[in-house]
Amino acid sequence: MTDTRNRPDTGARGRAAASARFSTDASEKRRRRTGKFFLYAAMSVFAMIFLFPLVFMFVSSLKPDAQILQDIDSPMAFLPVGDISLDNYFGVFDRVPVAQFLFNSVLVTVLTVGLGLIVNSMAGFALSRLAWRGRFVVLAIIIATLIVPFETIAVPMVYWVAQLPTLVIEGGVLKYDFGWLNTYEVQIVPFIANAFSIFLFTQYFSTIPKSLDEAARIDGAGWFTIYRRIIVPLSGPAFATVAILTFLPAWNQYLWPLMVVQREELRPVMVGMQYFFQLNTAWGEVMAYTSLITLPVLIVFLVFQRAFVSSIAASGVKG
Amino acid sequence: MTVTPPTVAAETPQRATRRFRTTKGRETWAGLAMMAPAGILLVLFLIIPVILAFTLSFTNARLISPNPPRFVGLDNFVRAFTADGVFVQSVWNTFLFALVVVPVQAGLGLLLAVLVNRRMRGVTAFRVIFFIPVVTSIVVVSILWRFLYQPNGLINSMIDTITFGAWSGMDWLNNPQTALGAIIVLSIWQAVGFHMIIWLAGLQTIPEELYEAAKMDGAGPWRQFVSVTWPGLRPTMVFVLVTITIAALGLFVQIDVMTQGGPVNSTSTIVYYAVRKGYEQQEIGYAAAISLIFFVAVLIIALIQRRLTREKD
Repeated sequence: MTDTRNRPDTGARGRAAASARFSTDASEKRRRRTGKFFLYAAMSVFAMIFLFPLVFMFVSSLKPDAQILQDIDSPMAFLPVGDISLDNYFGVFDRVPVAQFLFNSVLVTVLTVGLGLIVNSMAGFALSRLAWRGRFVVLAIIIATLIVPFETIAVPMVYWVAQLPTLVIEGGVLKYDFGWLNTYEVQIVPFIANAFSIFLFTQYFSTIPKSLDEAARIDGAGWFTIYRRIIVPLSGPAFATVAILTFLPAWNQYLWPLMVVQREELRPVMVGMQYFFQLNTAWGEVMAYTSLITLPVLIVFLVFQRAFVSSIAASGVKG
Repeated sequence: MTVTPPTVAAETPQRATRRFRTTKGRETWAGLAMMAPAGILLVLFLIIPVILAFTLSFTNARLISPNPPRFVGLDNFVRAFTADGVFVQSVWNTFLFALVVVPVQAGLGLLLAVLVNRRMRGVTAFRVIFFIPVVTSIVVVSILWRFLYQPNGLINSMIDTITFGAWSGMDWLNNPQTALGAIIVLSIWQAVGFHMIIWLAGLQTIPEELYEAAKMDGAGPWRQFVSVTWPGLRPTMVFVLVTITIAALGLFVQIDVMTQGGPVNSTSTIVYYAVRKGYEQQEIGYAAAISLIFFVAVLIIALIQRRLTREKD
């Protein structure tokens, strides 16, 4: 970002002022410049620490195994030189159904985030704008559940979902069965409702003036209409925040699908990669796989960088 | 009493109260209806599992078993603390991990936030770079760093170059002395950007005038940090410490991908051990007991942190 105030040369007026108090200004300027130099130096060192593993990953994904190991002892490890090709990527597609894994992850992520936005925003609306008995108790319970880490209920939850009823089509007949293991719904439904999302929506909605509801009610609007036509359109930032905060965990899910999904055609990318990694140690291909599932997220992040950062910041300021 | 249709009711003298009552009734009904989808899902996939975790921990339930679960009282808890060396080791590893990660990650995050909290050319680019590991999946990060930590891997070759060959490197993840430390380093590397952003948000709530006043009084950068920045960051600090601690205690993916708890249980953690017992070895009752112990630990630590950071106000 550019900040004109810090520019050394501020035009004629600045120069006149500078010459008026020449001696102090020159040393001050020099001091500030060395200060800036050290800042940039420090930030660059950190930038290298944060980037080197990822650069190494992308570069290695383009090289044959022998060359990866050979380049490790020199700066060549970070440069796409030598025998560069996409062979590792083709290798990944030959070995495992990556396209299916990607489809599964996209499906699970889109449905979890999309349904979550609807369900949690409605709950936030009910809690912040409607007067009904018991809503304070409900809100208190929701806030209390924020302290429960998913890891502590993961194992009992496997036991629980294994007993839930589900509908199946068997030989053209719709039947019901028990057990949610190895399905799409087991990867989606438990993560739709989210206490933190409800909390964020409740907070945000309560900042919108109540007079809007009253005006709409005088015009004969029902509560659902008020939610859909007034509150939702006014709450873009809240929806963006919740979408971003739920997108990353949904895409990165690992522990849960590891336990509940054994069928290969239902696996998401992260679990698929762990299996791939175990059956094969051709590092070039492993790096191709990790690059393949990292790139889409990285691109989404770079495009929506500003929204990402402000969402994370919003999640912390409230705490 | 006869039931009067609403149109007729509207013309009776009590219509004001009646309308009020129906409006209120409708509001309650609407509130419940709009709360219902999230409410039902939360009960099914949060409240019931929590209750299950609690009740199963007093039984000998197994994931797939012909026999129904039997009540065994406190047996699981007694077994965990007195007869299960691996569990005790896992508890120790988890706390050691948190003990290092919490202060280092919080401190480094603050340092980065202070570095990038200024208007300078290119500062946004640095923020983005520092944040990139956060959006990279921890599974990817774990696999990648497992490659970097190999005996003939990049980390050793870099150390070799920096020390001009004086130090020949080691097999980081297969040495009980270094495995947990190696996982600590990559965990900090991955998540520090997240906390940088939180600190940054906190830094930006501190009014600029305070710094100007401090400068007028002749305060240097360090004095400004101690007297203005740090007191202004107190609420942020609570949040950062609590989130890092809870995240650190939940350490699982890195272990599962990189070491599977080895070598000789030197990297086994509470959550990893619970999943191994409950899922792989199907001892759901025992795993539920471990989960419950974990939850109580998280709760106690969160409460202690709240209290400690509040007291000084």
